[in-house]
Amino acid sequence: MRPTRLLPTWIPISALVLAGAVAAGQTGLARDLAAADLLKPLGDIWPSYSGDYTGKRFSPLAQVNQTTVKQLSLAWTAKLTAGATPAGRWGGGPQPIIGGNGSPNNPAVPTIIKGTPLMVNGVLYVTSPDNGWALDARDGREIWHYFWRTRGGTPIGNRGFGLWNDALFMVTPDDFIVSLEAKTGKERWSKEFAPFTQQYFSTIAPMVIGNTVIVGTGNDLDSPGYLQAYDADSGKELWRFYTVPQNPGDPGADTWPSLQAARYGGGHPWLPGVYDPETNLYIFGTGNPIPAYTLGRGEGDNLFTCSLIAVDVATGKMKWYFQSSPHDMHDWDSAQTPVLFDATINGRKRKLVSTAARNGYFFTLDRTTGEKVVAIKYGSATNWAASIDPKGSVRREPSKDPIVAGALTSPTSGGTVNWEPPAYSPVTGLFYVTERNGHSIYYLTDPDPRGSMGLAGKEEVFVGNTGNFLTAIDPLTGKVAWRRPYPAAGGTGMYGGGGAGLLTTAGKLVFGGDNGGNLVAWDAVTGTPIWHTHIGDVTNPPTTFMLDGRQHILVATTDTLYAFALYQ
Amino acid sequence: MFRRPVSLSAMALGLALALSVGLRAAPQAPAAPTQAPAAQPPATPPQQGAHGEPVPPPRPAGAEQEEPPRFPAHQRPPASPELLERGKGQYAGMCSACHGADARGGQLGGPNLLRSQLVLDDKDGELIIPVVQKGRPGPPPMPPLPVAVDDIKAIAAWLHSLQAQGTNQGGPPPGPQPELNILVGDAKAGEAFFAQQCASCHSPAGDLHGIATRVPSPMALQNLWVSGGVASGRGPGRRSPNSGPKPVTATVTSASGEKVSGRLLRLDDFLVTIALEDGTTRTIRRAGNDPRIEVQDPLAKHRELLRVLTNANMHDVTAFLSTLK
Repeated sequence: MRPTRLLPTWIPISALVLAGAVAAGQTGLARDLAAADLLKPLGDIWPSYSGDYTGKRFSPLAQVNQTTVKQLSLAWTAKLTAGATPAGRWGGGPQPIIGGNGSPNNPAVPTIIKGTPLMVNGVLYVTSPDNGWALDARDGREIWHYFWRTRGGTPIGNRGFGLWNDALFMVTPDDFIVSLEAKTGKERWSKEFAPFTQQYFSTIAPMVIGNTVIVGTGNDLDSPGYLQAYDADSGKELWRFYTVPQNPGDPGADTWPSLQAARYGGGHPWLPGVYDPETNLYIFGTGNPIPAYTLGRGEGDNLFTCSLIAVDVATGKMKWYFQSSPHDMHDWDSAQTPVLFDATINGRKRKLVSTAARNGYFFTLDRTTGEKVVAIKYGSATNWAASIDPKGSVRREPSKDPIVAGALTSPTSGGTVNWEPPAYSPVTGLFYVTERNGHSIYYLTDPDPRGSMGLAGKEEVFVGNTGNFLTAIDPLTGKVAWRRPYPAAGGTGMYGGGGAGLLTTAGKLVFGGDNGGNLVAWDAVTGTPIWHTHIGDVTNPPTTFMLDGRQHILVATTDTLYAFALYQ
Repeated sequence: MFRRPVSLSAMALGLALALSVGLRAAPQAPAAPTQAPAAQPPATPPQQGAHGEPVPPPRPAGAEQEEPPRFPAHQRPPASPELLERGKGQYAGMCSACHGADARGGQLGGPNLLRSQLVLDDKDGELIIPVVQKGRPGPPPMPPLPVAVDDIKAIAAWLHSLQAQGTNQGGPPPGPQPELNILVGDAKAGEAFFAQQCASCHSPAGDLHGIATRVPSPMALQNLWVSGGVASGRGPGRRSPNSGPKPVTATVTSASGEKVSGRLLRLDDFLVTIALEDGTTRTIRRAGNDPRIEVQDPLAKHRELLRVLTNANMHDVTAFLSTLK
């Protein structure tokens, strides 16, 4: 089946650049992407973090399917060089465009591609911390390279660009949101959206909804998490939504020992959420409470940390919340990107949202109300909980918290899954996610009744792993349909196994990295591997798009992109 | 990322991070998936970074520059020892009753100043001076205090020096380590558990003879036995490089009946690699159940134990083992 194209085929931008007509905007070409295009289901292009607003990472493309996938071959590969120096053996790459206020003496962070590249009009938009590139999607050649001189921050990763009309948005480790011209890489505007002095650091892919662009914070130091919305055109601040109470009487304030504790209580929404156009709700997850492992947060639930939250995009006001881990004690964020889908349950049509959290539990909720439909354990070794309460929140067993004599607990602080996005296939009806079953002894090393700060006050010792899996879950029941083990050729420690996120397609395939440096295509029905190629450890979620009549599969290993296509 | 060959400088970075962050993740233990057990010798310890991900890759070799401090609190130039001494004294007299001797908050409700947004934003006392001189509404209220501007600046410099010692993961400056007793278990119950669960492979008179003398730290001992000799954690008694668990071995039998045995180096869904006795390696392609692979994993029982071991079991056995002097 060939899905209809979302956009007419443009003259490739690379051709325009070669012809010297850099200012493509003046040639009469239409916009790269209209805001309304983002409302469409994923098709030939890949215009946003999850491909479309649902977070499914499901492509209807089926040219690559269970039969043809064995003929996939390399279309091109491109190694991206971070920093202020032009890339290429003879320096043939474009001169990087420099932004930012940091010292030129700071060494560039080596390229690490953990984000999701966008593909629109034959052009790829790719990021690494402090760096953004436009590449020709036909051969990976650099069109432009933007380099941000950072003042510092924690360069743990960057999840990618957001695209609005002809404008791109990315965040920097020192907490700027930067808007670039998609055609030239020139800066349109930049704003510090979180105070760098407070040790915020930023990794999120900005989410574009209509003319609004939304970013979220990250921080390990005691600090409040929030979403910040901007007008995509002007950069004007629209609203801010704090995930923890800031003022007396704020919702959730009674779940903290003091307003002071709440104000510094964390809950950072550091991964992109999803969007439901019918309700105009942006639905996203929040991170752990801070201090993460110790006393200092009273006995309450610490709202709205470790929660799924729906805010109205027009106002930034909360419509509902669902807390997956009340009073988390292990840095188990619930910030994971959720998945929106519709289904009939007991004869009733339901609008649903599912998420597999870092704490080893899987949830399906009614996305109009936040009401629980399914709350169930999916981490097969997960052992920290006492009960699931009637609302579906998982209540902890305090003896599994960090304690002085050591608590043997699964998962590790890295979690059953971490940032790696799951995928959902409407063809199989299955939700695919990485499942890691590490075990750690958590020692409380700072029993000060005031609590510690940040992620300190404990010692975590990893003591073994009882299996990592690609796991397929029926999201209507929470039952695990199958678990495909990642054979252990290393990396079975706190993090290994499962690459860096998943893609599923109408070709009944699931794509992702395994545990041994392979990009693998699994049978989406059974989990059996059908095709693989050894390219090294996969560091980002694979994506797919249609170009010149060929379905491409694109994936990254550290600093290198690999594009595969069918040549029949 | 964390499975790539790691250079010495990267290891040094990892060690530095481990020390500064106070988290010492243990070497990776082989895993035991149900179908295909583990095969990798313990790798370099993964170090945990922000959001629980591995820390960013080390700077490229050759670039001898140290990694620049990540946040403004760590980037500011240090004040003179005289100024810090003065600030410390002034703080002890004027501030510590409410804010705590370590500035992490006090009994009287004074907030933690190390994470304070105002103190983090302050550069040279300009934000702190008005608060000290004019006071602040509560709760709890802060009264105006008769402190000279230069003294407040000294206090600010001292607070900033504390913030500068904080870790990148938001931890406070390292302070005196409290003595923590992890020996809370019942040695008799531990002995009984040992007899039931461990005695088929281990014996107090044999391989574990004198274990508590060799590994005097109860925490290290606990980490060591639970992980099967892989993890130790901080304190004396880290295992020596040659005393780790026995390697995972495998026998690979092809459809034609050919057998290859040796240490298992690598295993994924597509290939298996065996280290042979003559020092060479042999890689064999996998196709479904051909060849047949039998893995002998000395740590299999330890991992089975991880699923069922309660805290009480663990503490009891540690208490028992700590008697084996």
